[in-house]
Amino acid sequence: MTQNSNPPNKLVQKLQRHRKARWLFWAGTSGLILLLGWLFSSYYPESFYPPLAADPPWNLAFWVSEGMDWLIVNFAVIFDAIKLVTRWVLNSIEDSLLMLHEWSLLAIIVLWAWRLAGRRVAIFSGAAMYFIGMLGLWELCMSTLALIATAVLISMAMGIPIGILAARSDRINNTIRPVLDVMQTMPAFVYLIPAVMFFGLGNVPGVMATVIFAAPPAVRLTNLGIRQVPKDLVEAGHTFGSTDFQLLFKVQLPLALPSIMAGINQTIMLSLSMVVLAAMIAAGGLGREVYMALGQVDIGRGFVAGTTIVLVAMVLDRITQSLGQRGKRGTSAL
Amino acid sequence: MSETETPRVKISCRNVWKIFGHDPQNTLNLIQNGMTKEEILEQTGHIIAVRDISFDVNEGEIFVIMGLSGSGKSTIIRCLNRLIDPTSGQIFIDDVDLATMNETEIRMTRRHQISMVFQQFALFPHRSVIDNVAYGLEVQGIPKAERRERAWEVLNMVGLKGWENYHTYELSGGMQQRVGLARALAVDPEILLMDEAFSALDPLIRRQMQDEFLNLLTQVHKTIIFITHDLSEALKMGERVAIMKDGLIVQLGSPEEIVIGPADDYVTEFVRDVPRSKVVPVRNIMKDPAVTLYSWQGPKVAVHEMRQNDVQYAFILDPGRRLRGVITRDEAKQAIKDGITRLSKLVKGNALQIGPNQPIEEVIPLAATSDNPVAVIDEDERLIGEILRTELLLGMTREDNGNDTKQ
Repeated sequence: MTQNSNPPNKLVQKLQRHRKARWLFWAGTSGLILLLGWLFSSYYPESFYPPLAADPPWNLAFWVSEGMDWLIVNFAVIFDAIKLVTRWVLNSIEDSLLMLHEWSLLAIIVLWAWRLAGRRVAIFSGAAMYFIGMLGLWELCMSTLALIATAVLISMAMGIPIGILAARSDRINNTIRPVLDVMQTMPAFVYLIPAVMFFGLGNVPGVMATVIFAAPPAVRLTNLGIRQVPKDLVEAGHTFGSTDFQLLFKVQLPLALPSIMAGINQTIMLSLSMVVLAAMIAAGGLGREVYMALGQVDIGRGFVAGTTIVLVAMVLDRITQSLGQRGKRGTSAL
Repeated sequence: MSETETPRVKISCRNVWKIFGHDPQNTLNLIQNGMTKEEILEQTGHIIAVRDISFDVNEGEIFVIMGLSGSGKSTIIRCLNRLIDPTSGQIFIDDVDLATMNETEIRMTRRHQISMVFQQFALFPHRSVIDNVAYGLEVQGIPKAERRERAWEVLNMVGLKGWENYHTYELSGGMQQRVGLARALAVDPEILLMDEAFSALDPLIRRQMQDEFLNLLTQVHKTIIFITHDLSEALKMGERVAIMKDGLIVQLGSPEEIVIGPADDYVTEFVRDVPRSKVVPVRNIMKDPAVTLYSWQGPKVAVHEMRQNDVQYAFILDPGRRLRGVITRDEAKQAIKDGITRLSKLVKGNALQIGPNQPIEEVIPLAATSDNPVAVIDEDERLIGEILRTELLLGMTREDNGNDTKQ
């Protein structure tokens, strides 16, 4: 009992401070949001709170626009470089898709589906793609595929490494999680504006907006997949003296593959849903067809283009889903 | 193997502590100021997994750490290859302090010196059996053909020839653990850490694996740290056994010492159900032989000696005191009638014999099949004692240290 009657020791105090610090963090964040709201409250006349000035020179929308202008002016070189590279990738993919004869491309798709997903998916893919050809939308479909492929490639190239980093460090994970939340929940339209500001009109800003919208699942599911690798397997990897690099490539990534594949599948699906929106900033492909039908209130044209997008989505979904399943067979017996 | 040679210490743990939590060092100070484990858990949320553990493991020894879950045995074994860093204390392997090693050095130690076998096998499901076994060699950078050949040899050694290209999940539990064992042996380590290696197996398979493992160790010279929660496994496998409870070693000794003299109630509780006959060696119950005769002596002397000592038999030795056989009083009398003058003519090599370190259990079938006495002989076949039937029965039931008064 004498021990207990001692004043609380240092560590106990530290723990209590820690709890207090968490409270402070959330209280502080909320306070900051309210403060910003108060500062920027004047933008809409229906504001809860009376504005500080009748017509203040700064408000949230104004501030964001200013920031964007500053970025565009000061980082023009970087944006131009990104634009050039992206356009080159996009054009290469589109050119090679169009260069191939329809029949040979059809054969490649069917073969691919057959090898990865089995006979049924192969037959379905062949029929669906042929149907698109019969509708006369083959070329537009190829443009869309090129857009998606570029966006997915960029999403993977950025998302998988970031996911790996997030899996290795809780701090990075906690930092990027809210960013990913914002990327996914912000209405996709909003991305179109900075995309146009940075990259102008056309396919490249379309790809960029698509990447922002579609990359989060690649990050999230890479992170998840690596974190879900059974602890004893990681331990076994360490036990035999693997370097971090060896552990990643020989143990963690192969075992996370089903999850990463699921992430890529989601990225592809989200890219497809973004294709129509991207048409609003003059991206090409099937999206433009839908967008024009909307403008002309041409329900028939819209339906045909929409159906085509659905078919492409189904083909890509079935094929990539089976990729994840294939990887999973190895771990299911654990 | 002679007992005079002092064995070399391979692994040495000195006052090792491990505390889990976000500020282990400060917690260690609290403990030194007299706070108990419970107070620390309650007030700081820290868990003391290992408390002031010290032990030495000799080269070539099988050292068993036994304890229930939560006793800290898995933590201490992971300190030995620094999968877990101890909070304080030192661990030496070949007189090198593990704590002083940097990342590269510890990786080299793991690659070449220490391997581990896991309770749930921890095989890589995305690799074939042979690539699992070759993993340790692969991270060392050994070319594919060479590492596969080595892996193939080790697979043969553990009896998995022909299974190289299967996936690990296609194998039964026992076979999977053979793969685990092969993977650990493939790098030819000096030290093998067995983390409850056989605990996940069916009892029948487990016993088989234990026997095969012990057999395997006669071919490869390794220092073994064997973790288990099963006392009978500990007693069977261990040359020495450390029993852990709440992060402390409560007793460290040979299986025999633990069964005969449990250090406290906790250990007593454990060894209660252990059949003494499996652990207590013959030498503990043997008596000096009542009558020994030399092979050059005659049957008359034999009858006289036996009558003098009131026994029905005598052991016959050669000049080097090596056991030659047993003669009963009736046989000696018959020999006198037949006119035989030297006992050497009567020797038939009929003595039942056993080594002094064999468990009592081994004597029982011998004693049961024959009326002749069982002789205890040393490595040089010299007679050092005999086992009387009464002593045998007592040895199987008796409890020492007055423990039989306890419930």
